[in-house]
Amino acid sequence: MAVLDSKIPEGAIEDKWENHKFSVKLVNPNNKRRFEIIVIGTGLAGASAAASLSELGYRVKVFTFHDSPRRAHSIAAQGGINAAKNYTNDGDSVHRLFYDTVKGGDYRSREANVHRLAEVSVNIIDQAAAQGVPFAREYGGMLDNRSFGGAQVSRTFYARGQTGQQLLLGAYQALAKQVAVGNVELHTRTELLDVVLKDGRACGVVTRDLVSGEVSSHSSHAVVLATGGYGNVYYLSTNAMACNVTAAWRAHRKGAYFANACYTQIHPTCIPASDEFQSKLTLMSESLRNDGRIWVPDAFDEERPPDQIPESDRDYYLERKYPAFGNLVPRDVASRNSKTVVDQGKGVGPIKNGVYLDFGAVIERDGEDVVRSKYGNLFDMYERITGENPYKVPMRIYPATHYTMGGTWVDYNLMTTIPGCYAIGEANFSDHGANRLGASALMQGLADGYFVLPYTIGDDLAGRLGEAPVPTDDPVFVEAEAAVTSQVDRFMSIGGTRSVDWFHRELGKIVWDYIGMERTKEGLEKALAEIPALEEEFWKDLCLPGSAATLNSGLEKAGRVADFFELAKLMARDALDREESCGGHFRAEHQTEEGEAKRDDENFAHVAAWEWNGPGSVQTRHQEELTFENVALTQRSYK
Amino acid sequence: MAAPATSPPGSTPIFRRKWQLPFPLNIYQSSIGRKWVMALTGIGLLGFVVVHMIGNLHIYEGPVQSHEYAESLRSLGGGLMPRTFLLWVLRLGLAGMFVLHIHSAYSLKERSRKASDKADFIGGEKKYHSKRDYVAANYASRTMRWTGPIILLYLLFHLADLTWGWWLGDNYVLGDPYHNVVASLSNLPVAIIYVVANVALVIHIFHGTWSLFQSLGINNPKYNELRRTLAKLVAGVILVGNLSFPVLVQTGLIDDDNRTCDVGDVTCLEHQAEKH
Amino acid sequence: MSRELNLTLQIWRQEGPHDDGHFETYAATGISEDMSFLEMLDIVNEGLIQDGNVPIEFDHDCREGICGTCSLMINGQAHGQEKATTTCQLHMRKFNDGDTIVVEPFRARAFPVVRDLVVDRSAFDRIIEAGGYISVNTGAASDANLTPVPKEASDTSFDAAACIGCGACVAACPNSAAQLFTSAKLAHLNLIPQGQPQRFERTESMVETMESFFGSCTNHGECHEACPKEISLDFIAFMNRDYVKAKVKNRKLAGQT
Repeated sequence: MAVLDSKIPEGAIEDKWENHKFSVKLVNPNNKRRFEIIVIGTGLAGASAAASLSELGYRVKVFTFHDSPRRAHSIAAQGGINAAKNYTNDGDSVHRLFYDTVKGGDYRSREANVHRLAEVSVNIIDQAAAQGVPFAREYGGMLDNRSFGGAQVSRTFYARGQTGQQLLLGAYQALAKQVAVGNVELHTRTELLDVVLKDGRACGVVTRDLVSGEVSSHSSHAVVLATGGYGNVYYLSTNAMACNVTAAWRAHRKGAYFANACYTQIHPTCIPASDEFQSKLTLMSESLRNDGRIWVPDAFDEERPPDQIPESDRDYYLERKYPAFGNLVPRDVASRNSKTVVDQGKGVGPIKNGVYLDFGAVIERDGEDVVRSKYGNLFDMYERITGENPYKVPMRIYPATHYTMGGTWVDYNLMTTIPGCYAIGEANFSDHGANRLGASALMQGLADGYFVLPYTIGDDLAGRLGEAPVPTDDPVFVEAEAAVTSQVDRFMSIGGTRSVDWFHRELGKIVWDYIGMERTKEGLEKALAEIPALEEEFWKDLCLPGSAATLNSGLEKAGRVADFFELAKLMARDALDREESCGGHFRAEHQTEEGEAKRDDENFAHVAAWEWNGPGSVQTRHQEELTFENVALTQRSYK
Repeated sequence: MAAPATSPPGSTPIFRRKWQLPFPLNIYQSSIGRKWVMALTGIGLLGFVVVHMIGNLHIYEGPVQSHEYAESLRSLGGGLMPRTFLLWVLRLGLAGMFVLHIHSAYSLKERSRKASDKADFIGGEKKYHSKRDYVAANYASRTMRWTGPIILLYLLFHLADLTWGWWLGDNYVLGDPYHNVVASLSNLPVAIIYVVANVALVIHIFHGTWSLFQSLGINNPKYNELRRTLAKLVAGVILVGNLSFPVLVQTGLIDDDNRTCDVGDVTCLEHQAEKH
Repeated sequence: MSRELNLTLQIWRQEGPHDDGHFETYAATGISEDMSFLEMLDIVNEGLIQDGNVPIEFDHDCREGICGTCSLMINGQAHGQEKATTTCQLHMRKFNDGDTIVVEPFRARAFPVVRDLVVDRSAFDRIIEAGGYISVNTGAASDANLTPVPKEASDTSFDAAACIGCGACVAACPNSAAQLFTSAKLAHLNLIPQGQPQRFERTESMVETMESFFGSCTNHGECHEACPKEISLDFIAFMNRDYVKAKVKNRKLAGQT
């Protein structure tokens, strides 16, 4: 496909990044200050990119809708960050990390990108440790590692259960340093509402100050989107309340292709919602499955409390179906099976929306103290949220959306199909294929921000020396501002009866039911019928009290939900067209006899990248073929 | 340090240093430096309180020993320097510490008031509408700003009473501290003032003794509990020692009966002290 | 199955930083005890929107106790009465049916109210910008294991680094002092080998920036009690010590620190 030039460098997989670093054009250190770069988002990817670019000398403007860069949702990652350091001498290597990531991604990622990710992973740890990130240490003062998410080597660096927080603070502090010296202009509580193009190139953004409501334009030579994933399309997810797709979607509407929208990751061990008004789901570490046993009652109308249900009336369905792996089957398998039993009506809890994760056996075997030393803080967290004591009563768990592998299509330089516009971190689609491995999200965000984009951004900028940024009174900005203002006015003037949250909740239910863990042709078609109907109602019946000239979180949400509607339709279409099952995308029509995901490498070993055709029209599907020269394609089996 | 173009409202500093004084005076410009000064002068003043109390115990030995103790303070330094010279040095030093202690406390209080100023709940009376249910702050720590001024007023009263003899009038005998104490404390309102003031003093010292370690950064998780114990001990000793005087005078256990020298006969006191 | 609560809320409403605020009374009925405090506010807001009223603005984001966005003085306690818990993790089962709950913003002069219960805590960012970092440009780092960090130092440093920057310490402090926040960041960086080169410069600069926004500590200890991450008062003592050390050492005697 000519339209999608991934710009993968020539050479053996090990040499591609080295060769590329040598061949990209450089910007002379003295000239860097003549370039303005806008970074949207201050999570791991955004903060690290903004800090690194300004250290190089570029003039950077960074925007976040939070009150401080430190609040971005990268902060909530618990488990750790992978790196091919091989400090544990257990046979890890760049190649093994690369191999595991491609395989884990179910062979739907770009080999060259993944290899680069594995290569720079080691630098991330060095950088973070030098910044003072308090990684776990051994008594000799060296960094500690653990094995994570079923990896066969110990390559995960961690900082208690708060690795994301500590890495984000490291990047935030690096950013703060650059703000202090005046190389970075920081805009907090400011949201991107449009990407502006002139002559087909990104030349700036239009933002709205969330406090004053002021709409303004900012021009630059490059725009970097580091705005995270779109998991909140499900309404209930482990994402923070404000996570959204708006920046990426605005870019999509201006010409950036959106890739693999159907690849979403579901995490199997979250605390089930307690009622309709639950606002978000809380994730608990997957390590719980190492010792807990998952079961549901045999009977459909079981009313007895769990301790009164005898062993004979319990169904340990994972142990029954997958004797070899039992409760440790991969995330997607565990998640799908939970959904199956709950859909059958065997769910547990007040609103029958969970399955039991029972520690009774291990407590009996090892004692409560051993369990407490391993999982004490998780048990405390569970008790705080549910008010139930998991040492006495089995935990209730249910899967929740956690991460989205799909995102804005980017080439090897992380540039989108809009020249001058880049997407990094979870916002792009590039490194995880159809499924992300545990502890790899932090790695990718920081790799893009610290070690990839600062090199690759020069390739495009070098040729533009001497070009002044487009002035913000240029017609392209004036038009974009007018469009943003009219959208805001439109929201404020609907005057309907329902809140944004109501629409978001309803949308979430559709997306979860039909584009969730298991998709079918009928379901997706249903989604494609129901979403537009709800969307239409949204534009007619939205109720948005207050003013657009003050802080108005309802207005912020309205813009985000409007974009989620469009995204949800794309997800359904993408899922419908991908007639196979792979990673986070499971089509019930495409499974093995054992109920495993069945890939179709012949027809679908490609990236689906969608081109916007204007509101109301269906996007055009483009394909980037994936070639696997270094990893052999195999089918998983967990029997 | 260029401020970002769009400064949010909270970005503007409330206090600005007009100029930087030379070292070490610049330490005093900062709040933490002032806390150091408050702690160090607090140690000095605490030392004075303890020594003063111990010295006053001479009362229990009788008028002669009390006179002898008072005289020894005046002749501190022996023949090396003029009589009362070292005493005056100490007095001035104490006065200096007092002034610094008060100034640092007052100025820090002002800074804190300003830091909460515009945040005040409607009338500006307090920070929050709902009743603040203090969790850690104890009575002592919250009343430092009240016990402090009480102690200052008491100090002035105490000096006027027993150093300058304003109220005792003709009954005040320079050189017979035993008599002066008995004469003053046998008056019930005066004794009550002493009791109240010393309770305030002890409350002040209780928080101060713990707090000074914190201000000076002398801490170790292993010994942190000991700081509380020490504070209780010091406060307790001072409470018992200082309250014993008014209580015992009021109950008549200390009085001017059975003196070997008559009240006002300082020569006799001197003479007997020499025989000691 | 779960208990339902009917509550009376007194909530601070304020248009903007320069407007006068006031309390409004709202009824929250049929609140499930399994809801978090913020979900209870969501319900109240839903009701307000239904009636065409302007909903209450409050800060929140991750709702799992780590981002530090949520705030609120609940009955005079920062993040409510539960120890070591942020408002988003405070659940309604901790309240009783018929309770009256007073909800106010975190208050300090350096935390101006943006709207209703939302305050501007950017003074914290200014403190970090003053020196709350280790100056290591991207790419300049040597192999991580070339700098061993004693486990004890690393663990204590982590205890300090656990700060989520929510501002509860300032809100709870009768002096509106930010000692706990600042000392936590200083201790995080000053306790480990990587932080040593800039230790005293950092301490001086961050403390003086802190003092330009906030009040002065009187060692009450309220901050520690309010802290959702239970940051220790010992870090404040550590900062006090390092600050005077810094003053002595930063006397421009080239290299003689």
